[in-house]
Order: sequence, then C-alpha cells, then structure tokens
Amino acid sequence: MPVAYIPRTKELYSEFKPYRWVDNTAAPIPWTPLNKPLKECRVALISSGGIMYRDQPRFHREDASYRRIPKDAPREDLSIWHFGYQTADAEKDPNCVFPLETMRALERGGIIGALCDPAFSFMGGVYSARKVRDELAPQIADELRRAHADAFFLVPA
Amino acid sequence: MVEAAGIPTLCMTSALDITRSVMPPRAVFLNFPLGHQAGKPNQPELQRRIVTDAMRAFDTITTPGAIVELPYVWDPNDRAWEEIDYTKGWMPARPPKEAADQAETERRARWSAKP
Repeated sequence: MPVAYIPRTKELYSEFKPYRWVDNTAAPIPWTPLNKPLKECRVALISSGGIMYRDQPRFHREDASYRRIPKDAPREDLSIWHFGYQTADAEKDPNCVFPLETMRALERGGIIGALCDPAFSFMGGVYSARKVRDELAPQIADELRRAHADAFFLVPA
Repeated sequence: MVEAAGIPTLCMTSALDITRSVMPPRAVFLNFPLGHQAGKPNQPELQRRIVTDAMRAFDTITTPGAIVELPYVWDPNDRAWEEIDYTKGWMPARPPKEAADQAETERRARWSAKP
C-alpha cells in the first residue's frame, strides 16, 4: 500500500504550526512535450538527496542551494548530508538517491542520448516551497539551458 | 517551473499523496522506502531496470499530471517498512553537533589536501 506521507509528516512535526501543503490540484499543469526520441535527448539529472562533491560546502537546514556534480564523478568523491531520510544506504551507494552511475550506464547503452554535465543535487528538506519555486527552480532552469538539456529527470530521496 | 520554462520534466516519487497534490507534469511512482527511490545499494542491475523503466515515461506519458507506477516490490517478505517509514522513532539519533562538525572539517581537509 502506498505510504501516506502527509499524515505521517503532520504527526512527526505535530508540535509545529500546521504546514501549508502545496496544492496544485486546481491549477493548470505546465506541459512541454519532448521534441525528439529519448535516445537522442540530453538528459539532466537532479537529486534532492543532499549529495556533495569533494569539498563542496555541506548542506544545512533551510538550505535552498544546489551543487554541481561532474557527470563522471567517482563514488568516492561524493558525500551526503540530509536530515529527512535514513542516509545509511545512500552513503554506501549514492546511486540509491542519485543514480549518476546508473545514468552513465543508460548513456553508454544508448537509452538516452547523453547525460548532461554537470548533474545537480540539492537538499530537499527545505520548509519553504516558495523558496524552492522562486529561488532554486529558476537557477536550475538557467543551468539546464546552459547545459542544452532536452529533458530533466528528478529523483527524490 | 522548469516545465513552464520549456524543458520537459519527469520526477520519481515514493510519496503518492504528496505527488497527487503537487501534480507535476510527469511522475513515476515507486513504492520503496525513503532513501531508495533509485534502487537498493550495490545492486546496479536493479538500479538500471528501475531508472530505465522510469525514463520510459518520457515517451509513454502524454497527459500532463499522469502518474505511472513501477512494478517493483521492495521485499515480498517485508511489508513492515510501510508501517514505520517516516514515523516517530524511525530516524536514528543524529550525532552530536561537535562530532558532525568535526567530521565535516575532516571531509573538507581531506579534499583540499589532494592535488
């Protein structure tokens, strides 16, 4: 059965004032069709799992910054900081939340045209959805344009 | 946001209720515990199958707001994780701040010492 995360979050944070969940159910959904087959697309990867590369600054709470991770980064160059999920398995193998090696394999196998360089990560435990929408997302959109991304793949933690 | 800026997007999710409220243009739902959305550690075959199947949704989703479910089961012999994921007591205790800051200083020093 799919886990009901909204009631569980309410329970976990019950001492705080009620959260205003994003509700887009009445809003029109933005839509851009792919203009070529996936195997010709440059795909950009982002994970909200809080991955850092080498000595990039560690994330912290209420941090809407993001990190650029070189697409060929070896596993040993990655580390993780996040307060909202059990990170033990991701620390053993970051591909659990940041499938960088996996996407490289898909590129080699011709499933995607190319994996964009760099890949990105941010720390998804940001309280303010407004901050993510108005600050982080436009910066990422600029990065994707610079990387000539044809498609954007988001993996949560 | 990014979709509106002209780049097609696809997101994975393990939180169906949240996704149904946010209504991203394309979503792929995989019922795995938090922290494992792209697979299990050191199982590259499974990770590849999950991500390949997820990426297919770029072709198969033609209606904005559609959510495709992937047919993977975390562990047929362990449904208990669904009861405890993201509940009180599920997260291990965090290390004390001093220990975490020390580990962070060491991490930064390790990398700045390398050529």
